Amino acid sequence: MNFCYIIATVTNDPGWFDIERLPTLIAAVVAIAIVLYTTYHRSSREKFKVREIPALKAVEEAIGRATEMARPLLYTPGWGGDIQRPTTIASLNMLAHVAEKTARYDCRLVFPTHDPVIMSVAQEVVKEAYVRAGYPDRFRQEDISYVSSSQFAYAAGVDGMISRLKPASIFLLGTFEAESLILAETGNSIGAIQIAGTDSTIQLSFFIVACDYTLIGEELFAASGYLSGDRSILASVRAQDILKVVIMLILMVATVWSTVTFISNGSTEGWWTF
Amino acid sequence: MDRRIAVVICFAFGLVMFAQYFSAHPLAHSVNQTVADYWQIIFAFALIVGVVGFLNNNFQQVRKGQDRPFRLLSLAGFVIMPVLAMIWGIKAGTPFLWVFENIQVPLQSTVFALLAFFVASASFRGFRARSVPAAILLSAALIILISRSFATGPLSEWLPDVAEWIRNNPSMAARRAILIGIGLGSLTTSLRVILGIERTWLGGGK
Repeated sequence: MNFCYIIATVTNDPGWFDIERLPTLIAAVVAIAIVLYTTYHRSSREKFKVREIPALKAVEEAIGRATEMARPLLYTPGWGGDIQRPTTIASLNMLAHVAEKTARYDCRLVFPTHDPVIMSVAQEVVKEAYVRAGYPDRFRQEDISYVSSSQFAYAAGVDGMISRLKPASIFLLGTFEAESLILAETGNSIGAIQIAGTDSTIQLSFFIVACDYTLIGEELFAASGYLSGDRSILASVRAQDILKVVIMLILMVATVWSTVTFISNGSTEGWWTF
Repeated sequence: MDRRIAVVICFAFGLVMFAQYFSAHPLAHSVNQTVADYWQIIFAFALIVGVVGFLNNNFQQVRKGQDRPFRLLSLAGFVIMPVLAMIWGIKAGTPFLWVFENIQVPLQSTVFALLAFFVASASFRGFRARSVPAAILLSAALIILISRSFATGPLSEWLPDVAEWIRNNPSMAARRAILIGIGLGSLTTSLRVILGIERTWLGGGK
């Protein structure tokens, strides 16, 4: 009774709860509950197969190629995002796995960025990865560098690095805007093997055309779990699939419902009301 | 221990920022504004680190004789612009604005203009009808291209409608499917970080 009273008071007070955001809150709570269940429930974490993602399978090949050719590997998170963006965090998570391998193979890793905060975090991530691999002496802080915050100065700077250093492999993972195709085509022109992934659907089409492998949609966010094999992270990837099925079911029900409403009323206006 | 503190701070801030989103109370707005202000302060200090690293790298490379012209040009730009701004200001008619409008803006436009050539070369490689899906992609691209450029006569009557249908139906459906995947991926990544499941950003480990 008291609980209901509190809820009623809070929801009636526009000051404490924004009632217009109630649907978002419900969706968020359902999503969080599914993620928590799959991550922490023992039976949910056991025995499930992760489908093969070609772009992630090619990571080892890309690093191996750079090592064999004695050329550096270039990794950039793009110009569009800052450290608060999940895509940037996903990119840095993948960077840690790539850096651990480059440390083992003694392959030079070059990481230009447009954001000084990303640079600082990336330096720590790479440094820790080198320590974890057992080769802290191979870490070169100057290779994790800030280029420019201006979009085309960044594009020109990274383009120059690609042209002069001729990296054997290029990773374009993060939030990209107009610079995506400039970088991808320059990488293509020097014959580098390119693995790309972004949250921008417009830039994704450029990457698909210009790069060898592209992480599409949620694949970039699953990369960390896929590469590390960590069951807790993979469990949250499973949660993504469950949520996708839930969304598909909602979409199917909505489609049938609106169609039936259209047939009976001659219009789909207000189809979601009872 | 230090990692545990970072995870606890991350969890607390994640929870607070999640809660404030659903509140219209002035306190929630104040929390949001305060965090944004602190973010600006962190960025300003990180920028100093970034700029020092930039200068350090360039000086080292100049000393080693690697890419010397490019490095010197970068350093010159870094020094000249603030000096011009400090001596003559940044208003209209000042040397700073002249350099900005006549050197920096044209240079940026030049890099942007490269995109047109890259789109052409990428399209040439991508739009080859080597398989049925590639042929469908090529046909859709041609319809969109013609409808937006030189469609005249009878073509101009129905081609824009076909192009619009392609953009609003198959293209939009695929785009939304990818966006749903990205949204779910962002959600789970954020939760992994907030709950401390994913600690790679801290350098990994437990």
